[in-house]
This record gives sequence, C-alpha cells and structure tokens, in this order.
Amino acid sequence: MNKEKRSLLKNDGVQSFIASIICILLGLLLGYVVLLFINPAGAGEAITSLVKNFFNYPNTTIALKYFGSTLVKTAPLLMCSLSILFAYKVGLFNIGAAGQYAFGAGIAIYAALAWQLPWWVCLLLAMAAGAVLGTISGILKSYCNVNEVISGIMLNWITLYAMNDLLTNVKESASPYTMHIESVSPQSIMPTLGLDTLFSNNQYVTISIPISIIIAIIVYIVMEKTKFGYELKATGFNKNAAKYCGMAEKRNTILTLLIGGGLAGLGAGLFYLTGFEQWSCGQSAVPAMGFNGIAAAFLGGLNPIGSIFSSYFIQHITVGGAYLDKSMYCTQISDLISSIIIYLCGFVLFMKFVMNNIAAKREEKAKAAAKAAEQEGGNE
Amino acid sequence: MEQAYAIEMLHITKRFPGIVANDDITLQLKKGEIHALLGENGAGKSTLMSVLFGLYQAEEGVIKKDGKEVNIKDPNDANRLGIGMVHQHFKLVECFSVLDNIILGDEPTDKAGFLKKDEARKKIIELSDKYGLSVDPDAIIEDITVGMQQRTEILKMLYRENEILIFDEPTAVLTPQEIEELIQIMKNLAKEGKSILFISHKLNEIMEAADRCTVLRKGKYIGTVNIKDTNKEELSRMMVGRDVDFVVHKEEAKPGDVILNVEGMTVASKVHHNNAVKNVSFKVHAGEIVCIAGIDGNGQTELVYGITGLEPLKEGKITLGGRDITHASIRDRNTHGMSHIPEDRHKHGLVLDYSLEYNMILQRYFEPQFVSGAGFLKRKNIREYSDKLIEQYDVRSGQGSITTARSMSGGNQQKAIVAREIDKDPELLVAVQPTRGLDVGAIEYIHKQLVAVRDAGHAVLLVSLELDEVMSVSDRILVMYEGEIVGELDPKKTTVEELGLYMAGAKKGAGGNE
Ligand SMILES: Nc1ncnc2c1ncn2[C@@H]1O[C@H](COP(=O)(O)OP(=O)(O)OP(=O)(O)O)[C@@H](O)[C@H]1O
Ligand SMILES: [Mg+2]
Repeated sequence: MNKEKRSLLKNDGVQSFIASIICILLGLLLGYVVLLFINPAGAGEAITSLVKNFFNYPNTTIALKYFGSTLVKTAPLLMCSLSILFAYKVGLFNIGAAGQYAFGAGIAIYAALAWQLPWWVCLLLAMAAGAVLGTISGILKSYCNVNEVISGIMLNWITLYAMNDLLTNVKESASPYTMHIESVSPQSIMPTLGLDTLFSNNQYVTISIPISIIIAIIVYIVMEKTKFGYELKATGFNKNAAKYCGMAEKRNTILTLLIGGGLAGLGAGLFYLTGFEQWSCGQSAVPAMGFNGIAAAFLGGLNPIGSIFSSYFIQHITVGGAYLDKSMYCTQISDLISSIIIYLCGFVLFMKFVMNNIAAKREEKAKAAAKAAEQEGGNE
Repeated sequence: MEQAYAIEMLHITKRFPGIVANDDITLQLKKGEIHALLGENGAGKSTLMSVLFGLYQAEEGVIKKDGKEVNIKDPNDANRLGIGMVHQHFKLVECFSVLDNIILGDEPTDKAGFLKKDEARKKIIELSDKYGLSVDPDAIIEDITVGMQQRTEILKMLYRENEILIFDEPTAVLTPQEIEELIQIMKNLAKEGKSILFISHKLNEIMEAADRCTVLRKGKYIGTVNIKDTNKEELSRMMVGRDVDFVVHKEEAKPGDVILNVEGMTVASKVHHNNAVKNVSFKVHAGEIVCIAGIDGNGQTELVYGITGLEPLKEGKITLGGRDITHASIRDRNTHGMSHIPEDRHKHGLVLDYSLEYNMILQRYFEPQFVSGAGFLKRKNIREYSDKLIEQYDVRSGQGSITTARSMSGGNQQKAIVAREIDKDPELLVAVQPTRGLDVGAIEYIHKQLVAVRDAGHAVLLVSLELDEVMSVSDRILVMYEGEIVGELDPKKTTVEELGLYMAGAKKGAGGNE
C-alpha cells in the first residue's frame, strides 16, 4: 500500500495538480496578508468575496448570469495559454502572445465595424492577424537569429499603438471606446445557439466557449498523437537531434509561432466578437490577456486540458476582484490581489521541485524506520 | 586488517522502476590503489558510482570512508569528503569556456567577491603541463572535441585536489596515445596516494592499469580479483557468463560499385580559422568497410558532418550511389540510403526525454507504417517495431519500450542507436565510434553486424579512434591528419606501429610496406 501511495505521488499528472492547488492556496494567503496590511478590518470578508465571485449574489438567476460572464472571459485566456504552451513545448517562449492577441482584437473589431463582415469571417481574420505576427517572430528567429522574446516584446508595443490608431476610425465620437458591434453590425456578433438561455439570458455567452474548449482538445491531440506533435516536441527537447534526423528546424520554428500567433489572435476574436467589451483607443498598455496566458499555462501544468481549468480559475479570481468592498479598498487593490494570486500561479514548476524533494526525504525516513523495525524484529 | 580501505561500500542496493540496478553490492577501495569496475552494459556500474558521489541514495547499505560511516546526500558532500568524479557523459556547461567550467562551483575570489581568474589559469596550466592534459583554457566547450572535454573534466577533479577519483569510462573517447598517457597519469596519482576507481570495458586497459578488479553482472556482485592472478579471458567470462570471441571473423571483401564518392571536400572549422577538412577525396565501394583512422580532432568529425549534411561544404562534391547529394537536405540523405551513427549520442543521437520507442523511430517516424494518412502516429506499430529492435539487439532497460532514454545506461543507449541505424538497411552506413562504451559482448555483436551490412553488399564508412577496431574490422584504412588524408593502408599488410606513425603525422603518402 505504501508503495502505491508513493507511485501516486510520483505520478506527474498528480504532482502537477497538487502543485497547482498549493500555489493557489499560497496566492490566496499572500493576498490575504496584503489585505490585512492595508485594512485589517475587511480582509477576511474581502478575500472570501473575491473567491466567491458570482456566488456573492444570493439569487441564482443573477449568479448564473455572472458565471456566464466569467466564462466569456475564460475563452480568450484559454486561447492565450494554449498559444504559450504550444510554443513552450517546442522550446520557444511566445511572450508575443500579448501583441498577437491585440492584433487579432484590432482586426476583428475593425472588420466588424468598418466592413460589417459576418462573424466567422471576422474570426478568421483575427486568427490570420495573430498568425502573421507570430510568423514575423518566427522568421526573425530562424533567419536572423533574433530571440523570439525580444521580437515578441517589440511587436507587442508596435501592435498596440497601430491598433489604437486603426480603431480610432471606428470609435465613438464622445468616448475613447470603439462603437458597439451589436448595434453597428449584428451579423458580426457570434451566435449564441441558445447557450445564453442557460445563463439567465446572458447575451454574451456564445459559441466562443465551446469553440475554445474544442481547440484545447485539438491542441492536446496534435501534441500527443500526431506526427506533427512528435516533430515539434523533439525539436523542443533536443534541437540537435531534430536536425540530425532531418526535421526542418527553421520551418518548425516558424510554423510553431505561426500557430501560436493564430491561437492568440483567434482568442481575441472569440472575446471581442461577443460584444462584451470595447477597445479603448487611448490605452497605453497591451491587454494583459496574453501575459496572463503565461500564468494559466503554467498553472495548468503545461497541459492543454489543464489549461481549461486554470484559465477559468484565473478569470474567476480576476472577476471576483470586482466584489471587494469599495469603501474599504480602492479599486486598484482588487487588481493587485488578483495579480498576486496569478503571479504565484507561475510557481507550479518550482512547487513540483519542492514536492519531489520532500517526497524523497520522507521516503528516506520511512526506509530508515523500516530498517530499524526490521532489526528489532530480528532481535526478537 | 593488513591495509586500510579508503572507501568501503557495503551491501549497497539501489532500485529503479522495473529494475534492481545494484543488488547487495560490496566494493572496497584500498588507499593508493587503482580499482577497476567491470560489467556488461547496464550492469549497474555508473549507478554504484553515482551512489558514492551522492547523486543517488542507496535504499540499503552503508558507505565508509577511512573506516568511518559517512552519509553522502549530494555531490557537495562527496566533494567535501574528497571524492571527485568524471562522468560517463560529461557534465559541462556547453557555452562556458574550459577555464570557467573547471573553476565552476569552486571559484577563487578576492575579498570583494571578484573572480581571480589569473590565478586559476596559472594553476590549470600548471596541472595540465604536469599531467600532459593539453587544453585551451579559453575554448568554449561546445566547440571542442569530446577528447578535450574529457581532459577538462579530469582537470576539474585535479583542480579540486580530490583524493578519491572516480573515472566512469574515461577512455571511451580517447585515442590510444591518450589512453596510454591517462593510464600513466592514473598510476602517478595512485603513487601520490590517491585512490582511483576506474570503469572501463577495455580489458587491456584494466590489465595494464588496475591493481584489483570488481566484476558486476546484471546488478549483482560477482567477485573481486587481483589483476596479477587473472587474465582477459577469465575477466570476460566472469562478466558475460560465457566465452567471448575477440577476433572478428570475416571473409575477404568483394568491393563492387562506388557507393560514396567524395571529391575535393573542404569543410570550415568552427574552432579555428583554418579549414577542418582540406580538399579530401576518396571513394567507398559496395561490399567494403573503409575506416577513417586518426587522432581525435584531426577533422574526422567535420568530415562526417559534411557527408551527412550537418555542416555545409565549403567546396567539393559528394555523390551517393551516383546521385549528387552535395546540396541535398539531411532528410533527403537519410531517406535515400544513408544511415548515420553519430559521434555524440546525447547531442545528436537521441531525444533523451523521449521514450525508447520514440527514439527508435526517430529516422522513420514519417513512414506510412508509423503514421496514418491523417498524420496520426500508429502507436501499436511503433511499439511492435521498437520491441522487435530491443529484442534483436538486446537493448536492456528498466521498462522496455516505454523507458525514458535518459534513464538508460550509456551502452544501452548506444545499442539503441546502432539498432535504429542498421535496421534502416542503408546503402551507406556512416558509423562514428559505433562501439564506444559497449561491453565486449556487445562489441562482438556490433562488429558482426557491420560485417553483415558489408556482406549484404552495402558500403560502410567507419570512423574510429580505436586501433584494435580499425585493424580488425576494416578492409581499407584512410588515415586523417590535420584535415587531410595522409595515407591509405591495407590492414592486412600494415602494423599498429606503422598506423601510429601515420596518425601522428610522421609519415605520409600511399601506404605499403616498402
Ligand atoms: N535514473 C534512472 N532511472 C531509471 N533507471 C535507471 C536510472 N539510471 C540507471 N537506470 C537503470 O539501471 C541499470 C544500470 O544502469 P547503469 O547506468 O548503472 O549501467 P552501467 O553498468 O553503467 O552500464 P554502461 O556500461 O552501459 O554504462 C540500467 O538498466 C538502467 O536502465
Ligand atoms: Mg555507465
């Protein structure tokens, strides 16, 4: 039995799961401590309302509606985390996901408002936009030896301002926000297929949610079951061996970032084409979605299926931040607390390492104990 | 007690998933002796040494140093106890210089915390002069030959003034001259009072260098013998459990058409400004084994890179079976009759984090038998194929096809690569040090396979640093010296001494026995 327990602890999937849970708890604890410092009186309540998110509403109808909203925000985050983890398995760090996401957002919104194209065309354009940006990083990496992190960060900024510029053409005259897609071009809004009725007629709950989950499953299958995934992972593990057996290294690098970019761009389309949020043409920071994707990818144990849950959790916390008592904490605090928790989520790999060490130590002790017992037994 | 033991490992047991790597093993190392450790691939030698060096914790057993029980939890503990180890697969930081690697973990600093590299450099140069371990302290590890990396590892131990030195297959990558020198170095070190544990598959070396030898087989302790009272045959019998045939049996070669034709090949060097391979031309025919002999670092590596496509040619032309492949891609070469057993199994030969079965299909995962039209891997076929190769080539590991390549013993990793490459049934087999790190039984088997490839009418280009192998396996010898082919010899007509002269650059021209 002892042996069984050990092998369970050593199982990679179980380890990832436990590590993720520990990270979450640590994050909550640290968030709580920070709240205590700011205003001890409301800390306990604040952290519970943050975790409770939509459960803060006693009325199930309303709670369901807000649950739907959290899901709407989960879809794009899931796509960004898939983008990150896909590239990560091939040994690339796609920090450009943020820019790819922004580009996808800009193109989707512009296609909807300026050209009033049907939603699926907008979606495809968003995906293509992200892919183009990823490809640029890929080509720079393969042919000019420019690290994808550097080109990614630069492209993030270039894209942000380019999109601000582009979308100024379709913004409301009185505010910095783009026009509402549902009023300008209803055919550009993704269909709900009745999903909205499940969430108390939350009109933003569309097919974006099932689409993102299906894509997560596809990414999993491609990575684990196909020749393409075999090649990409081999390249990620050992570039030299990949070259030795004739894999097209450069092509694979470009292809990986192309797909990663496409995933992030599609994620943006899946979000903005619900009409849930508008783009602010005055924003001076790249949308955090792409960066949070990094945390979601690691919290999900770098597994596409794990990403589904981690993405949901992170959005749950982020949205939950809005329920902090505004009379006790200023608005930014909610972001701060969510960020702290998300930040700690990045420590999953470290947590796994610590757990391994502890397991090894405990095993050693158990062995020593067993030995002592044996000797005693021998003496009798 | 007639003589003090420096190290005693008593009743050590270490298990891995699916295998008992060390099963109740006892090893006693006397002060100032050279103690050899012998055993088949996967017998548990490296594991036992890793336990001593603190990389693994034994499940059972005790370790004593100078008669006192010690607890070695990690390599730092080992270092503190004066135990140093040169690993079978080096543990060097690829992008650091030789000097930085040697001082890593034991950096000399002044009071303000700045590195005192000059002092270290002086000490290293002194050591390398004293022991004849020539290295360039400023060369970057990834640019230098395996032999020089090895010397870096040895210097690292000497730099730390360790008194118990573990050498895990140090000679596998050295040239005969270097081996000679290393043995001399080890003997000197032993005379200075250092105790040495020495793993090797080469019985000649053990006979020459060691005082005593402990033999393991399949994780079990077989016995310890005095070298004075034994011979090669007995040792190999203890180790393999049967008599081993040291002679390669083969018929006269019947060379056929030209398979590989290299004309005026020039390959640039990554290390120095000179070209590594200079205007080299030669042919390999069907049905013959041509061997490139030479001291490590004379352009053999780059020559192979040029032929296999890992490096572009600066000048020259290569044809394979009459087809010009000078500019062909690696995949094109691999799928059109070329197999390549690479020099560095960890760098090129394996994806260490993949399972054994995934490594077995590394050169053919794209073939219809392993992948469906829609691009899905055919797991069942992959498993069957891998199981077949494992069985045929006797690749031993803890869990068979699903074992992670990283956890396999060095020799078994090598066997997996050899199996994969030979099974492709190539027109031309480029084999670089194919028996490096293999035990005598496995070497016997691989040599038979090389001859079988030849007898099936294929061409074999063998690159070897080992004179015995060169002399016994090849049908024709080309000697490389400083990037050029300086002589062609017939193994039946030449002698090891003559070959040595060519390799050292002391003799040039078409060989013979005038
Ligand atoms: N970290 C590990 N995890 C699982 N199995 C391992 C691990 N290290 C070694 N083994 C297994 O233990 C056995 C002994 O391996 P070891 O490396 O000690 O052999 P060796 O005698 O050094 O062989 P070689 O001559 O080929 O180097 C092998 O079957 C190997 O597969
Ligand atoms: Mg070994």
